[in-house]
Amino acid sequence: MTSADIVFRRMPAWLKILLIGGLSLFLLALPQIYPKSYAMGVMCRIFMYAILAGSLNVINGYSGQFNIGHAGFYCVGAYCEAILAVRLGVSFWIALPISGIAAALIGFLVSLPTLRLRGIYLAIVTLGSSEIIRLLFLNGNDFTGGPIGIKNIPSPYLGSFKISKSVDFYYIFLFLAALFFLLTYRIIKSRVGRAWVSIREDELAAKSLGVETSFFKASSFMYGAFWAGIAGAAFAPYFKFISSDMFTLDEGFNILSMVIIGGQGTLVGPIVGSVIVNFLTEFLRPISQYRLVVYALLIIIMMWIRPQGLVGASNSILAGGRIRSNGRKKSAGGSK
Amino acid sequence: MNTAMLEARDVCQYFGGLKAVEKVNMRIDEGDIFGVIGPNGAGKTTFFNICSGIFKPTAGDILFRGETITGLPSEKIARLGMARTFQNIQLFKFMTVLENVKIGFHIRTKTGVVSAMLRNKQYREDERFANDKGLEVLERVGLMEFKDTLASNLPYGIQRKVEIARALALDPKILLLDEPVAGMNPIETKALSDFIIKLNKDGYTIAVIEHDMKFVMNTCNRILVLNFGQKICEGNPETVRNDKGVNEAYFGKGLIVGGNA
Repeated sequence: MTSADIVFRRMPAWLKILLIGGLSLFLLALPQIYPKSYAMGVMCRIFMYAILAGSLNVINGYSGQFNIGHAGFYCVGAYCEAILAVRLGVSFWIALPISGIAAALIGFLVSLPTLRLRGIYLAIVTLGSSEIIRLLFLNGNDFTGGPIGIKNIPSPYLGSFKISKSVDFYYIFLFLAALFFLLTYRIIKSRVGRAWVSIREDELAAKSLGVETSFFKASSFMYGAFWAGIAGAAFAPYFKFISSDMFTLDEGFNILSMVIIGGQGTLVGPIVGSVIVNFLTEFLRPISQYRLVVYALLIIIMMWIRPQGLVGASNSILAGGRIRSNGRKKSAGGSK
Repeated sequence: MNTAMLEARDVCQYFGGLKAVEKVNMRIDEGDIFGVIGPNGAGKTTFFNICSGIFKPTAGDILFRGETITGLPSEKIARLGMARTFQNIQLFKFMTVLENVKIGFHIRTKTGVVSAMLRNKQYREDERFANDKGLEVLERVGLMEFKDTLASNLPYGIQRKVEIARALALDPKILLLDEPVAGMNPIETKALSDFIIKLNKDGYTIAVIEHDMKFVMNTCNRILVLNFGQKICEGNPETVRNDKGVNEAYFGKGLIVGGNA
């Protein structure tokens, strides 16, 4: 239950259709109106980071786990696609789902500690596993390209049409982002989404109602990791080159900052976060590396004055919960 | 002898050197309204937590309808047909009352990630089921007017009712209520007492921890008394009222040996 949600739900039906229809028309037509390769590149990044931030939001925002190593799943997807395409000549359309599944499997492994850990302890585990994944690829020698990375990742073909320009990838990223948000919306509004949120709100109560919390925590990790893998797999042929230093912890924090700035536990939040952070990146190019200082300041300010994020509702547990410590979890008649 | 609904056999729970529950035996039969009473710190809630799978007992066994459930996780026990409420209300505070109750239908619906993505027949059936039945439960408990209110915005007494409604959504065989009338005024207490008796008539077996003696004596047909983790008495309200051990536990020993406290 979020404020953006409520505003949208209270709109009359015609306004909803107009809003969604207008936005999709605009996004579909944008490359025709303004086909500058720079602008298209920025849009591609916005869509890709919207998927990454959105999928992290499923884990952190909805099921209430604390994953700060999302770059690891992104890394698995990108390397998986690149290796399949370059070494084995597999088509992009087959490599894409395989990369997603590979990332989901890693997501399952990372979710195993969630059965016992929560809060900051879990965060450290995800941080560590993200780095382990990256280092494995860095030291994979010939197979993963080692420190040199993988070059000349082939462009995907749609029939005989070669997808190589930013304008073409614009549509791929747009399609993937639209698919991600449609499917995620549907899951959130179902029994699965309710189970995820119940774990975030009160794990003990969720258990007492028969919610298999271990299963649902694992499934949220796997679902989030799957889409991070998909984003990575689409990124590899778009950029045509990947190396392990693209998937450092900085990248993980970058994704996390989008979720926090936009609003955890809301569908629109990660999109807003992705737009803001990516535009900031472009605007702050003149001050180069100092822009990281700006991000950090932005996160601190957000945590201070609006912990639920820009579009988050003030009546969410995320609004007040952040300031109190993570160990505030209470249980019935004693500690667990 | 028929099988008990819920049975405890020599259940012990030690926290380090503290014997929170020591060799407690209990038997709840189908159709009972079973009261658990005792002074503060007697181990009542710990005992409930063992029954509902939150704690694994140090020793002893819990049997639910003849089946051993000792050490099963609470989500499995909930699935077998045991629902509970908590002493310090554990609602999903930032969800509406109806959403709270909908989560109670978790074990009676089956939608998985794939059906949710496809919005197939399973999803539509489950959503309709959770919504219709949810409203039905709210109607029954008398919470219809609050269905779209955030749980945290409700007064204390109503929150307790929401927790009971959520537990009823599981359609349990037995309902464990941990201090359901704590913080309620006498009128609310009477209403809840009537409601519990009505639920019992509808076929629910109920176990209740309570401090309110009037409530326990008027509502329960069998009572277990705990003190310092040990059972000191079990029986009908009349037996418990006249039990010397119980009187001592609550009021202390009389000055005159053998005198009535």
